[in-house]
Amino acid sequence: MKDELILKSNKKTSDNKKIVRKIIIYTFLSIWCLIVLFPFYWMILSSIKSYSEYNAEFIPKFISLEPTLENYRTAFTLVPLSRYFLNTIIFTVITTSLMMIVTTLAAFAFSRLEFKGKRLVFTLVLALMMIPTELVVITNYTTMVNLNLRNTFTGLILPSVTSVFYIYLLKENFEQIPDSLYYAAKVDGASDFKYLTRIMIPIARPTIVSILILKVIECWNSYVWPRLVTDNPDYYLVSNGIQEIRQNGFGRENIPAMMAAVVSISIPLIILFLIFRKQIMTGVSRSGTKG
Amino acid sequence: MLKQHLKAWLYLLPALSFLALFLVYPLFDVVIYSFEEGYNFVTQTKLGVGFYNYSYVLHDPYFIAAIKNTFIMVIITVPISTLISLLISLGLSSIKPLRKLFQTVYFLPYVTNTLAVGLVFMILFKPTEYTDGLMNMIIHLFHGNTIDFINGPYWAKMLVLCLYIIWIVMPFKILILTSALASVPEQFYDAAKIDGASNFMIFRKITLPLISPSLFYLIITGFIGAFKEYTNAVALFGVNLNSEGMNTIVGYVYDMLYGDSGGYPSYASAAAIILFFIVLSITLINLSISKKKVVY
Repeated sequence: MKDELILKSNKKTSDNKKIVRKIIIYTFLSIWCLIVLFPFYWMILSSIKSYSEYNAEFIPKFISLEPTLENYRTAFTLVPLSRYFLNTIIFTVITTSLMMIVTTLAAFAFSRLEFKGKRLVFTLVLALMMIPTELVVITNYTTMVNLNLRNTFTGLILPSVTSVFYIYLLKENFEQIPDSLYYAAKVDGASDFKYLTRIMIPIARPTIVSILILKVIECWNSYVWPRLVTDNPDYYLVSNGIQEIRQNGFGRENIPAMMAAVVSISIPLIILFLIFRKQIMTGVSRSGTKG
Repeated sequence: MLKQHLKAWLYLLPALSFLALFLVYPLFDVVIYSFEEGYNFVTQTKLGVGFYNYSYVLHDPYFIAAIKNTFIMVIITVPISTLISLLISLGLSSIKPLRKLFQTVYFLPYVTNTLAVGLVFMILFKPTEYTDGLMNMIIHLFHGNTIDFINGPYWAKMLVLCLYIIWIVMPFKILILTSALASVPEQFYDAAKIDGASNFMIFRKITLPLISPSLFYLIITGFIGAFKEYTNAVALFGVNLNSEGMNTIVGYVYDMLYGDSGGYPSYASAAAIILFFIVLSITLINLSISKKKVVY
């Protein structure tokens, strides 16, 4: 009887302990949530405050009483923000498609075709993953200058196409497709290329989609190479555009307009992320690249 | 058979030519550049071959400052971000409701344009004529004095930069650690609980050893990433990092190459190769430590 009581009270204290633990964990996680979300909240908030409202608040307010979209109009008219957007879209679409074609062909050759020295070539290609971009950017820059490709889309795109890791990732994926399918297709008289486009690509679609989205994110956010190779604002991408806006855009005080530009640049990727959340997160955890 | 070989090479041709042109050739070229003394970018002539570029870079006060800044950033951001992400991942793996939501929110900084969001951090921390900014408002609450975190004292600038870097690198670390934690078999925990092990004991003896490969992977990539920090500094302080005293090693390389102080690919190459060897030696040290500690 007594033992039972002790057991009961023990269970109760351990239950209480559990609840306290849960509360601590949830509080901690919520705090980090706030830290992550706050800058997003602040940029949206500042972008809908009018110029006079923003600058009248010596102590910034956490809400806006008279929200306005005027800043977005300023952002798109006073500086060539739409030009930067268009450039980024052109750059992203062409770079990503070229990368995908090159990567798919190479992954197909490494996974399905037989040729002399395959293992050696593949090992050498993998070894290239260790080369840091900082080392090769210098020569690539001088190459582009010598070829007169500064301030052109060709110059922007070409060095951004290669991605050794994606060749590896897709090759691994292709190799999981059973050989029997290949031989069946051969018997039916399908060429290698037909087999690749009709059978392998559809089967490997999830991986291909992940790779595409990761590359799009990378392109949208790329800054260093575009900055080196372009100094004409007609060819700026959004990252360089926002830097340009910061240096000599609306004047330093027009922070609401600046924030409207920041929101406009951030939103496309956030929408993309919310749609392809799963593919992006599995893609990143598998590829292990830091953005 | 020969036709088959040829076809394979044809499939590989685009990839191999891109790699050769933009990765392999530049790798050799950068080494050559770094030893060419007095290379003139316009006339493409050089005075001689030797170690002068390295000695110039190593004696350049801007480079010394960049090295110092980079090391401070690495020492602050890598341990803090790894530790917080470990705590967050442990928290995430011990809850059920809201977990997906938290994970989604935590990942957001990964998909943002660092240049753009850097401006938000800038306005949060920078006092102007019109406003002291939010951070200074909080400081005032504790009766402190206004600090300019963007154009002010060195340590204030370093603090914001480190905070921003941590904010940016957390999503990746949380993602890797939560998937590592999710792969620990449930039976292990059940068995330990039956044996009456405390939560801390379970963490020390089961969780930590099992996630140690991922943890070390994160530490190694974290060091590499932090040593190559550059864009986040530009996002906060603008492109003239040397005059702000906040330049990084990678920033020094690019400034030597291009911009107001640019036009010296030889110095840039020498600096990039020095950076490469710093990163390489730190990675080798990390790997040798991980060999002793990691359980596979």
